[in-house]
Amino acid sequence: MSKFRNKDKGELPAISTASLPDIVFMLLFFFMVATVMRDSSLMIENSLPSADQVEKLKKDRTVFIYGGKPNAQYKQFGTEPRIQFNDAFIGVEDVRASVIQAISELNEDLQSKVVIGLKVDKDTNAGLVSDIKQELRKANALKVMYIANTKTEN
Amino acid sequence: MAKRAAPEVNAGSMADIAFLLLIFFLVTTTIEKDKGLLRSLPPIDDSQVEPPIIKQKNLFTVLINRNNQLLVEEEQMDIKDLRQAAIDFLDNGGSTNAAGESCTYCKGKGLSDSSDHPDKAIISMKHDRETSYEQYMDVQNELVAAYNILREREAARLYQKYYPNAEKVFTAMLEEKEKNQYSKDDVLNERIETVKKLFPMKLSEAEPDKN
Repeated sequence: MSKFRNKDKGELPAISTASLPDIVFMLLFFFMVATVMRDSSLMIENSLPSADQVEKLKKDRTVFIYGGKPNAQYKQFGTEPRIQFNDAFIGVEDVRASVIQAISELNEDLQSKVVIGLKVDKDTNAGLVSDIKQELRKANALKVMYIANTKTEN
Repeated sequence: MAKRAAPEVNAGSMADIAFLLLIFFLVTTTIEKDKGLLRSLPPIDDSQVEPPIIKQKNLFTVLINRNNQLLVEEEQMDIKDLRQAAIDFLDNGGSTNAAGESCTYCKGKGLSDSSDHPDKAIISMKHDRETSYEQYMDVQNELVAAYNILREREAARLYQKYYPNAEKVFTAMLEEKEKNQYSKDDVLNERIETVKKLFPMKLSEAEPDKN
């Protein structure tokens, strides 16, 4: 008789799930903190140059333009530096229209304060950058930030 | 088949572990914030007005060739000397500005073949289409640094008393402005403008030649 009673007790006790909410919250917080909102994946190599006289960029009023050589995944586009805007390669002549479009999508109070963030690979020719700048002048978006890594002052 | 009763796992410390991990990640993750050099482009000007004639001595020319070499005022220069050369040029104060005032705050040598007044001093840079972007940024950085150093100096002279503990007064002022961006502080804005006006950033870029 006692043998059978022992068998009853031998069932596995349920694992406590009391800490599950904690784990979930922890993950939630972690992702909330660490996630960088980015709506476009880079199709180009993008190692930024460095500078020490940098200022912070206000993200809410920024339109990004990327420039550089197509990366390994997109090598069918050749090795010449290209301009990427949002999710696509664009030609120099499309910069103006794309920028105007992007500015019109911004919050109205910020439209006059828009800053164009240029994230250009450091091995690019400066000629490409000056082409972009010419187009930006035509689009009347005159504030430009050359995004760079911070170099420690020596 | 006698099974032994497994002891219940004590879950009381789970929360502690979770919090420990949470704090660890909170401390170690850095949110990437973009930084860079802020510059303004000149608006397109279609008017046929003759550009004013600028005296050669008020112009500091920086050329970068396709091999990333620098030519500053007709002489080849190393990038590490550029900052000091730009400061010497801007701070020269050889003569008067358009209003006839001489530069009382300049600490330069007052050479007659360098700039008359910070108001008149213009740095002009031109690069080749094949200059690397890295070199271009390095040069921009050095030139902006020259202005920043001079502005820091003037800010320290004028406003150090309000920021006794600040090592860099102008930076401290800009940070304060950033912090209170939703409540306008006219006194602070005016001070910042005053410092900027002492050394106005006149940094022009010529379009590279097309060929």
